[in-house]
Amino acid sequence: MAPKKELAVAALRNGIVIDHIPSRALFKCVKILGLEKLDTQLTIGNNLHSSKLESKGIIKVADVNFPEKTLNRIALIAPTAVVNTIRDFEVTEKRPVTLPDTIVGIVKCDNPKCITNNEPMATRFTVVSREPVVIKCHYCSHMIKADKANIL
Amino acid sequence: MPKICSNFAEKPAKMNPNSLVSISDLTKEQMLSLLELARYFEENPNHKILDGRVVATLFFEPSTRTRLSFETAVNRLGGRIIGFSDASTTSSSKGETLKDTIIMVSNYVDLIIMRHYLEGAARYATEVTDVPIINAGDGAHQHPSQTMLDLYSIYKTQGRLDNLTITLVGDLKYGRTVHSLIMAMRYFNPTFRFVACKELQMPREYLEFCDQNGIKYTEHTDFDADVINTSDIIYMTRVQRERFTDIMEYERVKDLYTLRNAMLEGSRENLRILHPLPRVNEIDYDVDDNPKAYYFTQAKNGLFTRQALICNALGINPLKDKE
Repeated sequence: MAPKKELAVAALRNGIVIDHIPSRALFKCVKILGLEKLDTQLTIGNNLHSSKLESKGIIKVADVNFPEKTLNRIALIAPTAVVNTIRDFEVTEKRPVTLPDTIVGIVKCDNPKCITNNEPMATRFTVVSREPVVIKCHYCSHMIKADKANIL
Repeated sequence: MPKICSNFAEKPAKMNPNSLVSISDLTKEQMLSLLELARYFEENPNHKILDGRVVATLFFEPSTRTRLSFETAVNRLGGRIIGFSDASTTSSSKGETLKDTIIMVSNYVDLIIMRHYLEGAARYATEVTDVPIINAGDGAHQHPSQTMLDLYSIYKTQGRLDNLTITLVGDLKYGRTVHSLIMAMRYFNPTFRFVACKELQMPREYLEFCDQNGIKYTEHTDFDADVINTSDIIYMTRVQRERFTDIMEYERVKDLYTLRNAMLEGSRENLRILHPLPRVNEIDYDVDDNPKAYYFTQAKNGLFTRQALICNALGINPLKDKE
């Protein structure tokens, strides 16, 4: 019997690999980046061994490039994530995601009396502390700790 | 070439720079010029400066004092008013969104003054229209015209805003007026005394705000002579029964923070008692005749302050026109 290949998915020719995503945040990242709507080759792995994290998730997307701003949207829930850009099988860029100052349309405000929970509109939060991450609703001023944030 | 994938758009905020949503939108200079303007209107309450202007008062939540004083302010300035005092008579009861109501009303008026039961409603309104918005209260969140009238009352009775000792009494946990007052006073080197029972103490975030802004404060559970006799302003608030999880605790503390005339015997000559009203039992009726009781005049000051806010929102300055 021929030895099994270690990876079921071949290395990417072109695209991005998002590595070091905490396992519990993986599917939220998929949702935030809207990956379910893509028609290009997509590989998602979860609960993989990691020396840095307890266990990690990884996302490989072929033939797509995301603007930095879009990728940074996952920083709130996956601050350890690293984005590798692949060109012709080579990693041409490797960078950690960075938390933007404003977070639009990702987190639900916990305040039931907040206008964002009662109107068809996007939520908007500003980052008021980065260590630990705390965000504040732009509309009702309600504060939320990032690890308790409800993803829309 | 890989395709670019971006699945969201960040909407730019549209806010008219003359809108007033939160007291923290105002700089020290803006606050001081509004107080000057309020003083002008106290001397000239019937200056018909809004001829031909139409102002909407949209009260999605009922309010007596605030709506009447805003509407009186517009009338005394010679403007015209449209609006409603109860959302049940409007299209919002049919399910119209706030956005649609605001855009629709914006077609007709020069200024929108709105109160809403949802927090953040006024901020959102500024993002869907170019017409200036004045927030007349959004749930338990912000009520900047109340803060401006509090500031004007302090300024008028003390002759200054700097270096005053201000004692806040009652519900410091949920009371939005006391929170906004702290934020507004940050420019004026105040000393605060926070007097409240354990359940209703000043929230940590506001104590941190004081620390970050170098504001001196002390916390007290006793409302006694030590506190009263060293205050320039005593700002009373209502302790509401529904704020308590333990009704026995409410029964225990409800009368501890009641101000009676006899308690003012050793107080400073310049002391004035403020209250955002309505009061229930936190200021005894025997205080009303004491010249230090200022809460009814404070409510009257709301008219002049709101005249100033309306002119400011419309970009009209009668003081400049006079020069």
